[in-house]
Amino acid sequence: MYAYDELDRTLINERVEEFRDQVKRRLAGELTEDEFKMLRLQNGVYLQLHAYMFRVAIPYGTLSSKQLRQLAHVARRYDRGYGHFTTRQNIQFNWIKLAELPDALADLAEVGIHAMQTSGNNTRNVTSDQWAGVAPGEIEDPRIWSELLRQYTTLHPEFSFLPRKFKFAITASAHDRAAIKIHDIGLRLHKNAEGETGFEVLVGGGLGRTPFIAKTIKSFVHGRDLLSYVEAILRVYNQYGRRDNIYKARIKILVHELGIEKFAREVEDEWQEMRDSDTALTLDDAMIEDIRSRFSYPAYEKLPHMPEELKTAAHDPLFERWRKNSVFMHKIQGYAIVTLSLKPVGGPPGDATADQMDTLADLADKYSFGEIRVGHEQNLALPHVARRDLPALWKALDKIGLATPNVNLVSDIIACPGLDYCSLANARSIPIAQELTRRFANHDTANLIGRLHINISGCINACGHHHVGHIGILGVEKNGEEFYQITIGGRADENAELGALIGPAVPYGEVADVVEDIVEAYLALRARPDELFVDSVKRLGVEPFRERVYATR
Amino acid sequence: MTSPLEQKKIKITGPSVVTANRTWDGIVIYRTARQDWSAKLSDAAIVRTSDDARALLAESAADDVGAVGAYIAPVEIKEGGKIKPGNLREHIRLQGVTIDLPVPA
Amino acid sequence: MPLVKGEKITDDTFVHVADDAEIPADGAILISSARFLENAEALSQRAGRTGVIWPNSRDVDDLVPWLDRLAVVALVFPTFRDGRAYSQARLLRERFNYRGELRATGQVLRDQFLFMLRAGFDAFEVKKPADAEAFANTVKRYSVFYQPTGDGRMTTLHRRMMLRHSESANP
Repeated sequence: MYAYDELDRTLINERVEEFRDQVKRRLAGELTEDEFKMLRLQNGVYLQLHAYMFRVAIPYGTLSSKQLRQLAHVARRYDRGYGHFTTRQNIQFNWIKLAELPDALADLAEVGIHAMQTSGNNTRNVTSDQWAGVAPGEIEDPRIWSELLRQYTTLHPEFSFLPRKFKFAITASAHDRAAIKIHDIGLRLHKNAEGETGFEVLVGGGLGRTPFIAKTIKSFVHGRDLLSYVEAILRVYNQYGRRDNIYKARIKILVHELGIEKFAREVEDEWQEMRDSDTALTLDDAMIEDIRSRFSYPAYEKLPHMPEELKTAAHDPLFERWRKNSVFMHKIQGYAIVTLSLKPVGGPPGDATADQMDTLADLADKYSFGEIRVGHEQNLALPHVARRDLPALWKALDKIGLATPNVNLVSDIIACPGLDYCSLANARSIPIAQELTRRFANHDTANLIGRLHINISGCINACGHHHVGHIGILGVEKNGEEFYQITIGGRADENAELGALIGPAVPYGEVADVVEDIVEAYLALRARPDELFVDSVKRLGVEPFRERVYATR
Repeated sequence: MTSPLEQKKIKITGPSVVTANRTWDGIVIYRTARQDWSAKLSDAAIVRTSDDARALLAESAADDVGAVGAYIAPVEIKEGGKIKPGNLREHIRLQGVTIDLPVPA
Repeated sequence: MPLVKGEKITDDTFVHVADDAEIPADGAILISSARFLENAEALSQRAGRTGVIWPNSRDVDDLVPWLDRLAVVALVFPTFRDGRAYSQARLLRERFNYRGELRATGQVLRDQFLFMLRAGFDAFEVKKPADAEAFANTVKRYSVFYQPTGDGRMTTLHRRMMLRHSESANP
C-alpha cells in the first residue's frame, strides 16, 4: 500500500478546491457547458442518460479498508447505495449530482482518494496487475513504477490537452493480468542481462472503432529512463496526433499511419535531444527508493501451507468448490490471494453495494492486513489471506454474496454499463450478462466448460473489451432494435489477439441461445477436456462455430 | 439508439420533443412550450417539422445554465394524446434502468 | 482582449499587422509566421521590436535561427482543447533557450493559466476579462507540482529528497 504524504494530500485538496470553484462558476453561468465539459471530464464527471456519472480513481487497483469504507460512504450519502468497478480498476457512481460533487470529492480526499484525470483527453489511471506485490514469480512490484508514473502524469502542464485519452498499463509477471497489449503505452517490467530493472515499452494498443494490439517500440528502457522516455512518446503524440477527427486521434492511429519503425525513430530522436539538454526526468536510485519506501508490506507470519483449519474444511464440498475456484497461490508460503467474484447469478457484473463494501472492509482488516485489490475483469481480491483463515473468510464472504465460485468461468462476465446507463451506447449489455449467468448458473457445467471469458460492450467504444474476449459481444442498432455481433477467439493477455466475427448480428432475445450453441460446439469439438475454449478456436478457426450457430438462423 | 449526441443534421420523422439533463443534478428534463423545462414528459412541447425542431432546440440550447446536452428525441402520441418515449433509449431515460438496482430504491 | 503580463492586466504595446498591410519601419509589431519567414533576415533586423505569431501545426524548429532577435513569439490555442502549443512553448524555452516574451493567444481560459505558466508562457491574451482579473489568484491554486518543467518550481521528488537530507543532517 502506498502511503500518501503531506505533498500528495495537499495536491488532492488543492484540486478539490479548484473543482469547487469551477462548479460554482458553471452554476452561476460564468462558464459555458462547452468550457466546463473539459474541466469536469478532467475530474471524472460524465453526463449519462439519467444523471451524471462520477468515476473515482483507484490507482493501480489498490485500496485500503479505510478507503473502501469511504467509497461506501459516498455511495450512501451521494448516490444510490452502490458502486460499479470498471475495466480500468476504477469505481463509478451513476447517480451523483453535480452540485454535490465538490463535497463528495472533499470526503474522498480525507482518505487520499481523488478523481483526477479519470476522464478527458489526458493520461488516465495507470493500471496494473491486481496481484502486484504478491504474485509468485513476479520480478518486482510494478506498483512502485505505476506510482512514479501516476505522479509524473498528474496535472502535467504539457500533456493535459492531448488529442485523445491516453492509457498506461504495467505488468511484472510472465502472465499478463494487466492487458498491457491493449493500452496506449504498455510496460513489461523485466531485468536485462546485467540484472538491471527496466521495461519493454509497447505502444499503440487500443480497442474501439479501430482495434490494435500494441507493438514494441523499445525492448529495454532502463528504469531510471522511464519518465524521460515516456515524455518523448507523449510529446511526439501531443504534436502529431490527429486533431481533426476524434475517431482517428488515439496514438494507435499515429503509430499505424507512420509505421512502428518511423514512429520509434521520432521518439528516439526526441528522447536523445531531451537527454542532451537536461536530465531533470532521469530518476536516480534515491528517488526510486523514496517511492518504494512509501509502499508498506505486511509483516507476514511463518505459516504452514496446509494448516489444520484447511484440513478440516476440506470435508465441506461447498467450501472446496469455492477454494478450488477463487483461491490462488501467494508468493509467501501459508498465504493466499483470494478473488471475490462480483458476478453473482442474475446480478449486474462488477457492482457492489455500500453494505458489501463496509463488510468487506472489515474482512480486509481481519484477514488481509487491511488491503483490497480491484481487477480489470471487474472482480475484487484480498491479497494477503492466511490459508488458515480461508474457511472463516469463506463463510463471511458467502453471507454477503461475494463468494460465487465462478471466477474465470463462463459466468464471470466483463460488461460495460451499456444502454441502461450510458449515453454512448447502442444497446444494453447488463441484461445480456444477467441472462448468461442464469443460463450457466450450474457450477458443475461451468467447471466442465473451463476458463472462458465473455466480454460485452454496448457500443463500438468497447469499454467492455469485447474485441479481446474469448467470446465477444458487441451491441449495435438495427432499425431501432438491439442487435449483437458475436466474435470468438480474442485474448487480452501476453498472447493478445482480436476476436473474429462469426456471422451476422443476432437480436437481443437470441444472444444467450447463440452463446449456448457456441459452448456446445466447443464441448463437442475440443481435443481434450483441458483444451481451453480459446485454444480450440485457435486450432479450428471460426467455421465450425459459425456452422453450428447459423445452421438454424 | 444511435447516440443523438452525434446528431448533425436535424431531420425528424415524426412527433418529437427536446430533452436534456438538468445542470445541477443531472435529471432528465423536457422543453415545454413556455420556455422552461419540466421533468414530466407530459409537459413537453411537441414539434412535428424539422424547422420547428431546429427552432425549439436553438431556443432550448440558449439556456446553458439550466440544462446540459439538449437534443431532439422521438415520441409516440397514443390515443387520447398521451405522450410516450419514442425509442428504447428515451424509455430508459424516462423510466430508469431496465434492470433491478443492486439496492432497491 | 486583455493582455496579462506579470500577473497584471497591461496595455499591449504590440500592434498586430495584417498580412496585406504595410510593415512600419519602427514600432512594436506582431506578424504572421508566413510573412516573417518570407523576409526573415531583414525583418529580424528592423528598428522596432518584432514578434511572430507561430501556428500550432508547425514545428518551432523553423523559427529557431531567429529567436534571439525576436521580442515576442505568440503561440496559438485555436480551441482550448488543442494542447500543441504547450509542447511548442516548452521546446522554445527549455531546448532552444528562448528568452523573449512568450505569449499565449487564442482560446486562453482561466483554468489553463498555471499549465501555461509552467510550460513557459509569460504573457496571455485572455479571452474573458473576468479571467484576466482572476489571474493572480488563479495561479496560486496549486503549491505541489509532481513533474519538472523549465519553470524552476521544485517538484515533489526533489522536495522529498531535501526533507530526507535535512532529517538525516538534523536527527
